[in-house]
Amino acid sequence: MLIVMSWLREYVEGLPPTRAVADALIRAGFEVEGLRAVGADVSGVVVGEVVGFELVETKKKSVRWCQVRVAEPAKGEDPAGGVRGVICGAHNFAVGDRVAVALPGAMLPGGFAITARRTYGHVSDGMICSARELGLGEDHDGILVLPPPTPLGADVTELLDLADEVLDIAVTPDRGYALSVRGIAREAATAFALPFRDPGDSGGDASGAGEAYPVVVEDTAGCDRYVARVVTGVDPAATTPLSWSRRLSLSGMRSISVPVDVTNAVLLGLGQPLHAFDRAKLTGPIVVRRAVAGEKLRTLDDVERVLDPEDLVIADDSGPIALAGVMGGAATEISAETTDIVLESAHFDAISVARTARRHRLSSEASRRFERGVDPALAPVAAAVAVDLLTQLAGAQAVPGVTDVDHRAATAPVPLPLDEAERLAGRPYPAEVIRRRLADVGCAITEDDAGRGDVLAVVAPSWRPDLTRPADLVEEIVRLEGYDTIPVTLPRLPAARGITPAQRMRRAVGRALAHAGFVEVLTLPFVAQDAADMLGLAADDPRRAAVRVANPIAEDAAYLRTTLLSGLIAAAVRNIGRGQQDLALFEAGLVFRELPGGPPVARTPPVDRRPTSDEIAALDATLPTQPRHVAALLTGRREPGGWASAARAADWADAVDAAHLVAESLGLSLTVTAGDTMPWHPGRCAALSVAGRRVGHAGELHPRVLGEVGLPPRAVAMELDLDALIDAATAAPPIAAPTISTYPPADRDVALVVPTRVPVAEVTAALREGAGELLESLALFDVFEGAQVGPGQRSLAFGLRLRAADRTLTAAEANAARDAAVARAADRTGAALRA
Amino acid sequence: MSAPGETVDPSRVHALDPDQLAAAVAAARESIRAASDLDALAAVRTAHVQGATAPLVLARRELGALPREERADAGRRHNAARADVQAAFDARLAELTSERDARVLREEVVDVTLPATRRPRGARHPLTTLSDRLVDVFVAMGYEVAEGPEVEHDWFNFEALNMAPDHPARSEHDTLYVAPTGSGRLLRTHTSPVQIRSLLSRPLPVYVVAPGRTYRNDTIDATHSPVFGQLEGLAVDEGITMADLRGTLAVFAEALFGQGLSTRLRPSFFPFTEPSAELDVQCFACRGEAARQPCRVCSDEGWIEIGGCGMVDPHVLRAVGVDPVRYSGFAFGMGLERATMIRHDVREIRDFVDGDVRFGLPFGIED
Repeated sequence: MLIVMSWLREYVEGLPPTRAVADALIRAGFEVEGLRAVGADVSGVVVGEVVGFELVETKKKSVRWCQVRVAEPAKGEDPAGGVRGVICGAHNFAVGDRVAVALPGAMLPGGFAITARRTYGHVSDGMICSARELGLGEDHDGILVLPPPTPLGADVTELLDLADEVLDIAVTPDRGYALSVRGIAREAATAFALPFRDPGDSGGDASGAGEAYPVVVEDTAGCDRYVARVVTGVDPAATTPLSWSRRLSLSGMRSISVPVDVTNAVLLGLGQPLHAFDRAKLTGPIVVRRAVAGEKLRTLDDVERVLDPEDLVIADDSGPIALAGVMGGAATEISAETTDIVLESAHFDAISVARTARRHRLSSEASRRFERGVDPALAPVAAAVAVDLLTQLAGAQAVPGVTDVDHRAATAPVPLPLDEAERLAGRPYPAEVIRRRLADVGCAITEDDAGRGDVLAVVAPSWRPDLTRPADLVEEIVRLEGYDTIPVTLPRLPAARGITPAQRMRRAVGRALAHAGFVEVLTLPFVAQDAADMLGLAADDPRRAAVRVANPIAEDAAYLRTTLLSGLIAAAVRNIGRGQQDLALFEAGLVFRELPGGPPVARTPPVDRRPTSDEIAALDATLPTQPRHVAALLTGRREPGGWASAARAADWADAVDAAHLVAESLGLSLTVTAGDTMPWHPGRCAALSVAGRRVGHAGELHPRVLGEVGLPPRAVAMELDLDALIDAATAAPPIAAPTISTYPPADRDVALVVPTRVPVAEVTAALREGAGELLESLALFDVFEGAQVGPGQRSLAFGLRLRAADRTLTAAEANAARDAAVARAADRTGAALRA
Repeated sequence: MSAPGETVDPSRVHALDPDQLAAAVAAARESIRAASDLDALAAVRTAHVQGATAPLVLARRELGALPREERADAGRRHNAARADVQAAFDARLAELTSERDARVLREEVVDVTLPATRRPRGARHPLTTLSDRLVDVFVAMGYEVAEGPEVEHDWFNFEALNMAPDHPARSEHDTLYVAPTGSGRLLRTHTSPVQIRSLLSRPLPVYVVAPGRTYRNDTIDATHSPVFGQLEGLAVDEGITMADLRGTLAVFAEALFGQGLSTRLRPSFFPFTEPSAELDVQCFACRGEAARQPCRVCSDEGWIEIGGCGMVDPHVLRAVGVDPVRYSGFAFGMGLERATMIRHDVREIRDFVDGDVRFGLPFGIED
């Protein structure tokens, strides 16, 4: 809301400089987003008279070489004296017109200095200004022509009150009244304890002559007040005086015609939206009703709108002629020929207007105000002010009579315990302060409830529909007394449990990965419809059950990720495109999987009571599953290499190792088996499980996928269901500590020849089982394939460390354990000791 | 070796003659002094100190050839000579060893400014770090961490928060709705639905913080992102006041920007709080002092707006079955990106979601 300070000061006398007013408004809860001084930087512009001109024609343009007098000739002076020549590109003036002349040395807005300069073959001794050049508005169609009696030589800055200030105030949605000079002026007056001249108090005399125009309000819920006034004899040639057009312009509105400017001035000044119908275009009485399905209305913005039965409309015998409180219709619009006007000054239901505005995607100055609450007491006042202005400015005659269809309900008093403000704000507010502040707001305190004097019955003013509960009144008291008067204390909290084990584990995972050289990224979760295809997911893959955004930011990002790999791949591609080839990225976050068959329909519980657990469960049942995953992607070099050591490229084992790292940071160990799941390479995919439950995959990505997404060959990745891991970790019994033997170990190496198809994990498991309790640890230290071991076979060399808890093992005991291990491996996997 | 006898063979005992001993010592010392390295000293040792042919070793063998009454005296002189030589030898040995050691260390010098990069470097996302840090401050005060889904139901995100379907504040939320239309599902526009879930699932009093991702229908550019992090706080108890809110926010502001900065509440509006306020923190860069301006952090406002807050609206308490006459509460929320951008001078909000490793790495790990 742009507030012109000269306008505001009309309602509050004695206000300090505007900066102080702005600070006070900020303190009262009105965010001042800008303070603009206008006109103060204009100087040296005076009133001149065009005494003659001649045309100067050039190839591009025709301009006028004007003779301009900027002072009345002194008695006896040559009438041609004191006349200067000025070149002017405009043509909208005649000889004898008074104009604004910027003399050499003048300053125009924006530090634009005027000098005498040679142009079009003449020395232009100044400049004739347009309204825009003076900072008066946007009008640049021609120069500014001043009314004839304007004194020659007068300073235009003073004459037009050019110096002004404009506040740009962000008004919160609860304070509809502040979308007007009236509303902000009231706050400014309160802030400085100055008297407020309420423009809402003026006029509104009913003239007592019956109805001005027949109005039938069929829907009194949608329209609880409808005032109509009629004026006739509007002079279509009348122009809006500069003082008003300047106010409108500084308030962000263009001057159009006197009737339109008058309705806008009332809207800005009082906050009451008005609508002007051309009476000649109305047929029959005005009816306020809901639209009939299928009815159409061409609105002022020249869009034909199909109306909804919920839309509140203004209609006449011809059908709908306006969308109530939102926008008028083209058929009854006032035009340059209009002489008779029916003025509508009504109060429409906030929700009805909000729905219609949203339904038709049509937000207007009127709808913005009705949605946030307009003062229903204003309707006759605003109409009267508009009628007066039309009479003054456009020679109109007011038709006697006022139509006022009034169905306003009485405002119920709000009981306010005197200690409520203290209860919520934490400092005492004496009763007289409470009463004074409520009076500042405009409240009436009708009685003390039950005569006990500790509860006030407060009736909110008509312009404050937001004040319905004690807390609303408390905000006003506390706000006007100043939030800075509230003391600073801390609540005393009961003992709490800190972060949960699951929350701690999530942090542990992130830190472990970061310490291991992974960089955390948080990518956008939006993916394209073909994201699953890019990853080559099977038709029945659960990751195809993507949740769709109904109103996506972009059609190619209309779905939510079902796997973190989508975002990691995009981030990796972006990094590579920017020259970073060596990447180890990770992300932890939610993935989203649509419910099979889509969401069930849930009845929305009311908000005037606690929902039942069934109602809550029904709401939750509509939500997609949203497990938290962790994923990592590596490409390029895993170990940097450098002057002393060679770099090492990331390979599938790095991905599996990252998965192990995550599990270890949670105190879990993963079981690895060979997997075959897209988007991984079918021969290089590890399926990962914990306690028999599949928790994710790791390995090299499928070459086709890599080609498709634009990642280099051999990029690797892992993804784990972090929620499942944390569940497992939380459910796991405490880790049993090993017995630490102080006896010496016996180390035995074995080389086994095993069919290549047998996974190492199986051989390892068999060796462990066979060696029994004496086995302390086991490590694979060599894998060999070649002619010596024969086709389809490989040699696996293991180191077994054997140790007993209570004695030094004899060679015979160690050998027996080794032999048992080999025997079990042979039995299970067909392994043979390498000769 | 000479056998003990009654008669002394002067030629044999000549070696024990004081002059002879002195000459042997002098020769030994000279050799020791002349030994220029440990190898040379080892040769000297054989020739003059302990070798079988060293003059002093040979002289020792002749003690027995002296008459009994002369032996003690000659023995003493011989021992003194031996000790003298040994001392000279030990000293030289220590000297040469020390020189050798110093030389070896000198030769083993490396350029320690060579890059010692053996590990790949990792980092946590600055939003994660900030979120954890702020959460820890509240956990230390006795808050617990509450969570909720990111695809949320309208009832939790709006209706229970006193934002009925036609509330004008909804239009400021630019909500991303989740298909099918009419299912009531949406991407939560703030972390405030976690307030509702906490009040429904926890016994009173409730003191929780809720960090998390939130969504708005904004196209990504330098200052807008469709996804952003928020941190929400909620306290509902008997006797909670705005004074408690002010005190809590002061702690919060200190955790965010450091000590000694004042905070300010400005009246504002949120559907789910009444009274409501915006929280401003004194600008950490200029502290509002003209001498330190122009200030790029706060554009000379002297204050940085970091979040919204207020007393929990009675309608919110009613929707979760909490008696608003007996209980009161405060809530506050702030955007993590904005705070990080101010604190760390991040130029573009899209850096948070682009995943460029050059952005993340400088923030390190900060456990």
